[in-house]
Amino acid sequence: MTDVVLNNISKSYNKGAVKAVKDVSFSVDQGELFGLIGSDGAGKSTIFRVLTTLLLPDSGNASVMGLDIVKDYQAIRNNVGYMPGRFSLYQDLTVEENLLFFATVFNTTIEENYELIEDIYVQIEPFKTRRAGKLSGGMKQKLALCCALIHRPKVLFLDEPTTGVDTVSRKEFWEMLKRLKQQGITILVSTPYMDEATLCERIALIQNGNILSINKPEAIIKQFPQKLFAIKAGNMSHLLEDLRNSKLVSSCNSFGEFHHITFTSGNESETQQRLISLLQQKEKHADLEIRSITPTIEDCFINLMN
Amino acid sequence: MTDEVVIRTDKLTKRFGNFIATDQISFDVYKGEIFGFLGANGAGKTTAIRMLCGLSMPSSGNATIAGFDIYKQTEQIKKNIGYMSQKFSLYGDLTVLENISFFGGIYGLTDKQIKEKSESLIETLGLQKEAKKLVGSLPLGWKQKLAFSVAILHDPKIVFLDEPTGGVDPVTRRQFWDMIYSASDRGITVFVTTHYMDEAEYCHRISMMVDGVIKALDSPANLKKQFNAASMDEVFFELARGAKRKSD
Repeated sequence: MTDVVLNNISKSYNKGAVKAVKDVSFSVDQGELFGLIGSDGAGKSTIFRVLTTLLLPDSGNASVMGLDIVKDYQAIRNNVGYMPGRFSLYQDLTVEENLLFFATVFNTTIEENYELIEDIYVQIEPFKTRRAGKLSGGMKQKLALCCALIHRPKVLFLDEPTTGVDTVSRKEFWEMLKRLKQQGITILVSTPYMDEATLCERIALIQNGNILSINKPEAIIKQFPQKLFAIKAGNMSHLLEDLRNSKLVSSCNSFGEFHHITFTSGNESETQQRLISLLQQKEKHADLEIRSITPTIEDCFINLMN
Repeated sequence: MTDEVVIRTDKLTKRFGNFIATDQISFDVYKGEIFGFLGANGAGKTTAIRMLCGLSMPSSGNATIAGFDIYKQTEQIKKNIGYMSQKFSLYGDLTVLENISFFGGIYGLTDKQIKEKSESLIETLGLQKEAKKLVGSLPLGWKQKLAFSVAILHDPKIVFLDEPTGGVDPVTRRQFWDMIYSASDRGITVFVTTHYMDEAEYCHRISMMVDGVIKALDSPANLKKQFNAASMDEVFFELARGAKRKSD
């Protein structure tokens, strides 16, 4: 059973000058945690706004819970929760007033669905009389999630909920999503952080309005076309330069402590030896270390971008 | 990187009423160093950066920035530093060239210098076709590369980068770090905050702030050793999960 379906959705802005989303199709199953992974300007927010009936596509069609995004927009609005990328609650209402407002708009009460948000709300409850505009980033994010959930939506749209949030709060947020998923809520979430991709059941990698790949994260990693190696040395920036200039190396990117490289030749073990001796003798690199590794989603993304 | 100190703070503190946002932080940063200034949301990073840029008066403690006193010489400090953030850096409704000449003018460059700088900058960034386009219409990655170039237009001693790569695609993010390295090679000190832990690895040294206090300060390799961690992500998690403050 699918809850979200997009068929050949396109959307442009400025009279066609900016093509934000190009012929995008995918579907999200009921109860699935699906991630849209891409950087700023990829088209993620446009997709969210089309699916939440806030924006009409130029072409293509889409449905949410079997309801058409154009004809049945009112029914969709009653049944989905949406947390936009930009903080969109009422800044001059308090925490509690915001929650009450959203509950009332959706014809329900805080008490009726409190059990769904309890885990999250208790963390901000000590500040319930504070105005939303005066909350910190992490607390705003939790309040926005509570407001998006208060009418017990069947499908939840979260547009970059973790952007600009530190790594500890990001981990907490994903724990919350897992618990919501256990309640049977379908979740479509977007993020620019590639390391969050593996926390989703399926992901779509998206860049410049095009879907690069859709699959389970582990399947996308399996599709990485070459063997990948991690290499490091005493001087990493010189190593990077030498690797970029080497005919043996086909791709080379910094990944924290290591550079990740692929070889031009299919005979990796022999090429690896040749590269190491070249780097040691000709370029005088010290403390060289190289090993074969499993690609990350970021490796896959960079590879698909090229 | 040399042993010439360009930032020195001594028990630098900022109080807002009873709340101590930044609590007696002391550290040195060197010429040409890439210094990662990390911490959880609400740790007090922004408050500290605002003081270091001469935008906010400390409550107590001392600091010199590029040799200038943080209390008495804030105008000289501003002339000798560059600053860019993810949120605001350039004017979206001015063109690329207009932004360059506007900021060049603010930094006190001559018309001749501005012209030369504009040409070389457009060339290096490969923005020939975009030179007369509005900055607002450029992709974020280009904007950020341009904003960084503009922030170092006047060859400052120090450039402060506040989450410069947030939301930027993985390829552009790496090109951005190439630019940081070349600025550092030219002797510009780079003071940078980020939420990407792989980028923490690219810094010469890292400071980790928790609840207004600097909890750790060392090279990424030494920090990993000290906390017996495989990655900077683990180091961060180890230090920040005990944080009591969760405000921004």
